[in-house]
Amino acid sequence: MSSTYVRYEILRNIRNWRFVIFAVLWPLTLYFIVGGTNRHAAFEGTAFPLYFMAAMTAVGTMTGVVAGGARIAVERQAGWTRQLRITPMRARSYFSAKLLCGYLMALLTIVVLCLSGTILGVRLSAGAWATLIGLVLVGLIPFAVMGILFGHLLNSDSLTPAVGGLTTVFALLGGAYGFEIATSGVMHDVIKGLPSYWLVQAGKTALGGGTWPAEGWLVIAAWTAVLVPLAVLAYRRDTGRA
Amino acid sequence: MVTGSAVSAGIVLSHLSKSYGTVRAVRDVDLMIAPGETVALLGPNGAGKSTTIDMILGLSRPDSGSVSLFGMSPAEAVAAGVVGGMLQTGSLIEHLTVRELVDMVASLYPRPLKVDDALQLAGAGEFAGRPTTKLSGGQAQRVRFAVAMVANPDLLLLDEPTAALDVEGRREFWASMRAVAARGTTVIFATHYLEEADAFADRIVLLTRGRVVADGPATEVKARVGGKTIRATLPLAGLAQLAALPGVLSADRHGDTVILAASNAETALRALLTEFADIQDIEVRGAGLEEAFLELTADGDDVSAPEEALR
Repeated sequence: MSSTYVRYEILRNIRNWRFVIFAVLWPLTLYFIVGGTNRHAAFEGTAFPLYFMAAMTAVGTMTGVVAGGARIAVERQAGWTRQLRITPMRARSYFSAKLLCGYLMALLTIVVLCLSGTILGVRLSAGAWATLIGLVLVGLIPFAVMGILFGHLLNSDSLTPAVGGLTTVFALLGGAYGFEIATSGVMHDVIKGLPSYWLVQAGKTALGGGTWPAEGWLVIAAWTAVLVPLAVLAYRRDTGRA
Repeated sequence: MVTGSAVSAGIVLSHLSKSYGTVRAVRDVDLMIAPGETVALLGPNGAGKSTTIDMILGLSRPDSGSVSLFGMSPAEAVAAGVVGGMLQTGSLIEHLTVRELVDMVASLYPRPLKVDDALQLAGAGEFAGRPTTKLSGGQAQRVRFAVAMVANPDLLLLDEPTAALDVEGRREFWASMRAVAARGTTVIFATHYLEEADAFADRIVLLTRGRVVADGPATEVKARVGGKTIRATLPLAGLAQLAALPGVLSADRHGDTVILAASNAETALRALLTEFADIQDIEVRGAGLEEAFLELTADGDDVSAPEEALR
């Protein structure tokens, strides 16, 4: 993979103001408004600023990686992916660059929100910070794949509502907006089957010094295992490659 | 004629066929192109030009037959970075300046041109600092040309490169292309403008309904398709005699009516009037390109389809 190519991909992401607003500014603003006013509150046994820091990180990074992959739809429609297919760059590198950029943007969101967390009084040990960030990065895998899948299923018109709508549903159900739809029963079990739930839980988990329970790892692995073949299928259907 | 070693080093399409459903987009196309040649794929919409170019580039797989580019498969040649292309459906990606975009693409090739050289060659140097989204149609086309050229390709494919341009834009585009051909790059371009093919190509390959119906030096093919059709009532004249008249390429008969394809209508008419005093109902028509194509293909039983269906 060419580093120049990746550099320009990152540049394109940063210059895309809509992207920056939804992936960074929106969760950051919400964090200071909601987190700031509930600074001394607790939520499910966790200090609210910490819980909400993880929650807003989940919202921003999720939006970032899904939207990043879904941008493929725009490049496809413009005929740009065909142009790239006649360059020596392999399809694998194209996707790697997209994933890498999505992750670097996610890292930006993470850094910005974690710094904001410290402003609102979040204090974690170095190990806990590392665990938190590590869990978020792992929890994003299915969303990154989902982005690539969307990139091959959607067109540029349906892109924005689909990405916005779906990430909002995932965020809401996962408890990212500061309330949980259900704390027990079947609905709660369903919610625990969502990767966004575990993203949001990353904050609480890190505070305890551990990582997700086996259930969390299983959910992330299962979503990834289902989404990867779907994305591959969508790519092949799109390019006519068997 | 190309030599044996040039054949293996050049571009060889053998028995290339491709169908989309019931539409036979490309049928048994055989072509050999020597390195350094500039070849026009000329044909009306739906002739199979784009499909042929896609197969040369490895963007679509032939149903049968094969493509060899300098002894490599299309995928190998693309991976080696020896192929550049300007596709028909290609707009530019956003959030970059022209120079950044060309630099981004250049980074994918093993031996690219200098970005400034590619921009200059394509005539895009003046607006290199402008965002890719703030360009006129002609400027965007030049940037796409720069994107294709920065590969420093041995083979350049252009699929109707001037389709979106006005007359002035066309003239400028072909001026840039001459500079490319002068570098020794093998160029294959699709067009449905006979004038373009004639002005720019060494050789014209005429495609109709997926078949090669004529292939030769530009002047020859132009004479065949750029001529006039003469119709007249002439019951007694022999076809061989008519075909042998000066300025006449071929002769055909429908009952009492003879139809002559003329490369030079004036010469042909003079000869006709001199030799056949009883000639009547003379009608001279400029054979439009479309018409000429149809006359060159004898069989009328083919499924012809709009170009859209072939992409």
